[in-house]
Amino acid sequence: MLAKRVIPCLDVKDGRVVKGKNFLGLRDIADPVALARFYNSAGADELVFYDITASHEGRKLFAETLTAVASQVFIPLTVGGGINDVSDFDRVLKCGADKVSVNSGAIADPSLIGRAAKKYGDQCVVLSIDAKRAGGHYEVYAKGGRVPTGIDAVEWAKRGEREGAGEIVLNSIDTDGVRKGFDIDMLRAVCDAVSIPVIASGGAGCTEDFITLFREVEGVDAGLAAGIFHSGEVDIRDLKRALSAAGVPVRI
Amino acid sequence: MIAVVDYGVGNLFSLLSSLRFIGAEAEVTSSPAVLARADGIILPGVGAFADARAKLAASGAERAIRDEVEKGKPFLGICLGMQMLFERSYEYGTHEGLGFIPGEVVPFSLPAGMKVPHMGWNGLHILRPCPLLAHTSEGEYVYYVHSYHATGCAGYAAAVSDYGIPVTGVVARGNVYGTQFHPEKSGETGLNILRAFKEITEGRL
Repeated sequence: MLAKRVIPCLDVKDGRVVKGKNFLGLRDIADPVALARFYNSAGADELVFYDITASHEGRKLFAETLTAVASQVFIPLTVGGGINDVSDFDRVLKCGADKVSVNSGAIADPSLIGRAAKKYGDQCVVLSIDAKRAGGHYEVYAKGGRVPTGIDAVEWAKRGEREGAGEIVLNSIDTDGVRKGFDIDMLRAVCDAVSIPVIASGGAGCTEDFITLFREVEGVDAGLAAGIFHSGEVDIRDLKRALSAAGVPVRI
Repeated sequence: MIAVVDYGVGNLFSLLSSLRFIGAEAEVTSSPAVLARADGIILPGVGAFADARAKLAASGAERAIRDEVEKGKPFLGICLGMQMLFERSYEYGTHEGLGFIPGEVVPFSLPAGMKVPHMGWNGLHILRPCPLLAHTSEGEYVYYVHSYHATGCAGYAAAVSDYGIPVTGVVARGNVYGTQFHPEKSGETGLNILRAFKEITEGRL
């Protein structure tokens, strides 16, 4: 059986990890390569890198960072941030990324998903969705969760699958940063609607939140978090032991 | 030196990085002369079978690969590279493989609810001793991404993974080895499989 995945997410700006706090003996906590190596040895199943720079110089630094990480860490790497065209896929895949996540770029032009999937394979294209409760449904937001689009998140996930996305990262704007657990209702709604893997994001505050996620949402494949891992509050190895003890299949 | 066959299929960055990481000298090539002086050959591959098969034939490397395999040179096919070791594939039609190992490649026919592609970390169930698994233990996880799988090769399967059906993970026949998963993306377990291949090419395993 496939293992459920635990994925740390690293926001990278000007070649440095943002949000890195006091970290388990690492001298340079903001060094993406050191952090990636640490997470790899701690049992992370995959790493997600978000390029949060917008400048040309920042993009260049990001490419160098990614290349350095991919030369030393041999687990799947997903890259997001600033992916607006097929040429952006090319740019990060050349640096050793395995999957590329699109968000606002796909909202602006949904055909990007299919064009990239055709060129690089479905498994390479991750549709990242930022969504927020709006009455009885969930609304998709663009531009890093700042701009409401009027698009229904469940419909957008289904559209993404039809266009050729191989995986979905579902970020809940409501639970993000609150640390009171993942958005179980929204995850259920999306997992029931698509048959491609879904990665839960936003809201993890403790080990128990991951156990609840995998117990309550049968179809979910992975849990992603940033702050609780960077701060050292949750150790991935301990988390995976706890998941295993709770009957969740994980790679230990 | 390990030759990594370059025939215009897929990105070799991770494979080359992982070979360098374990201290192996690697050369990307389609040149028969380089393949001839290599200690071992790796055939990588992602994408569609027919396209990859045509590109391999067009690269000029195929004749050399057949000669070297015949001479007993260690050979490792990865992912689609493993699928090409078999007699044929039924991915969008029927296509001849290299025929190094009896068996064929078919689409998944899975129990309800199982997703295709088979993508993610799955455990290895080791069926028999195999030099490529010299540093690998029962139950270790490896990373798969594929929509077709090898069947009819039971005598040569060295390890399988459970995905509702037993999925052929490692095959071996004499000097020819294959992994359906990506050792270059399978963490320390994957590096240990590449280390074993390096040792095979050095005559140490």
